[in-house]
Amino acid sequence: MFNVEVVSPEAVSYTGEADMVIARTVDGGDIAFQAGHVPFIGNLAVWSVEVIKPDGTRDVFAVHRGFVQVHGNQVTILSDVSEAAQDIDVARAQAALDSAEAALVAGGDDAEIAEAEAAKGRAELRLRVAANG
Amino acid sequence: MPGGKERELRRRISSVQSTKKITRAMELIAATRVVKAMQRADAARPYARRITSVIENLAASGAEVDHPLLREVTDVKRVGFIVMAGDRGLAGAYNTNPIRAAERQIMGHQSEGKDYSLFAVGKKAIAYYKFRHYRVDHSYMGFTDNPTYEDARRIADDVAAAFVAGEIDQVELIYTEFVSMGTQRVSVRRFLPLEDTQVMAEIGSGSAAAISSFEFEPSPEAVLESLLPRYVEARLYGALLDCAASEHANRQRAMKSATDNAEELITKLSREMNAARQAAITTEIMEIVGGAEALGAEVPIDDFFAAFAAAAPAVPGDSDAAAVFASTVPDSLSHTET
Repeated sequence: MFNVEVVSPEAVSYTGEADMVIARTVDGGDIAFQAGHVPFIGNLAVWSVEVIKPDGTRDVFAVHRGFVQVHGNQVTILSDVSEAAQDIDVARAQAALDSAEAALVAGGDDAEIAEAEAAKGRAELRLRVAANG
Repeated sequence: MPGGKERELRRRISSVQSTKKITRAMELIAATRVVKAMQRADAARPYARRITSVIENLAASGAEVDHPLLREVTDVKRVGFIVMAGDRGLAGAYNTNPIRAAERQIMGHQSEGKDYSLFAVGKKAIAYYKFRHYRVDHSYMGFTDNPTYEDARRIADDVAAAFVAGEIDQVELIYTEFVSMGTQRVSVRRFLPLEDTQVMAEIGSGSAAAISSFEFEPSPEAVLESLLPRYVEARLYGALLDCAASEHANRQRAMKSATDNAEELITKLSREMNAARQAAITTEIMEIVGGAEALGAEVPIDDFFAAFAAAAPAVPGDSDAAAVFASTVPDSLSHTET
């Protein structure tokens, strides 16, 4: 068992104990941390962070950018854009997904397409996390 | 005309009184806001600390990276200034201090032949520089009393873009540091290029726990590269929050002394008004008595009272008038009797 913290620039948005934390790093794929993990710092991909608590329940976050630091008995998620599953507005995420897909169909220059794809990724992540949370 | 001065004073007193109501309300509002701003600044501290600690750990692992934000320029041609002031006045010297400090810096750099580029935050700063025909390249307003991270990111993006593009070779940050409720001071700091990671780590907590060797994914360099922009944002956000707390603290102090001044002024004006009224009453009594004497008739005492009441409508709690009456009447009566 160890401590988990989700820290946003504005506040510490989540603290709790966990048996395991599952995240995904850029280029590294999924990675799970348990107590006694070797000190670790990673760039988080646009993906979910799953916190499995000692009683077996899970807290899921959508993390769009950030870092994970594991040190001693402490896992810290540093992110300026993270949302807990219960805070996600499903209708809004669905609307964002629809408009992103429409933008992809419509096409445009490279920057527009990249932006639409990023928006689509974020919306999909939100929906997936909201459904699992 | 008797009573003219009194009426004038009465008007001034009521105007000072309504000003006092406003300043008092602003003082109370600022007092609650400064507490909230301080809480927000405290809440933001963990993130900045953790980011610094990650940098420490990176530095300890010996990661060095040739990031554009670390680009040290020896021949500085143009200096960027981020000047943080407020959107609203009535906050004592809060707005003028950083604005003047920045102006001195600009002049100093100009005398060394360097150009400047202004990033003005807050309506007051923008107005000041525009009025004096400084070139304001970027202006931001509408959030100084309650800044969000998004605001900090917007500024950081513009500053970093200009720096990376080579438009500016150095960036100075001028803001008001919130030391405590009683102390806020203007601080001029170098903002870009960033100190190298070793120095950043030393400025941070400096905890030697960083000795343990970390694993990095994808690599120390890649982590540092995506971390530095966040570090810049977090530092700007911290400065904005300090400014907000300082602004409210300064406004509270300014409004408190304004309220005190208003109170003092009201006391002074009330005294003047009472004296004027007293003088008017005395004059009227003298006129009545003098008139009666000139007619050579005895003024019945009842008529005298009636005349007095008509001339000076009784003001509730008007002890001054009563005193005037008490001290004047016996003399004048005895005078008429003899």
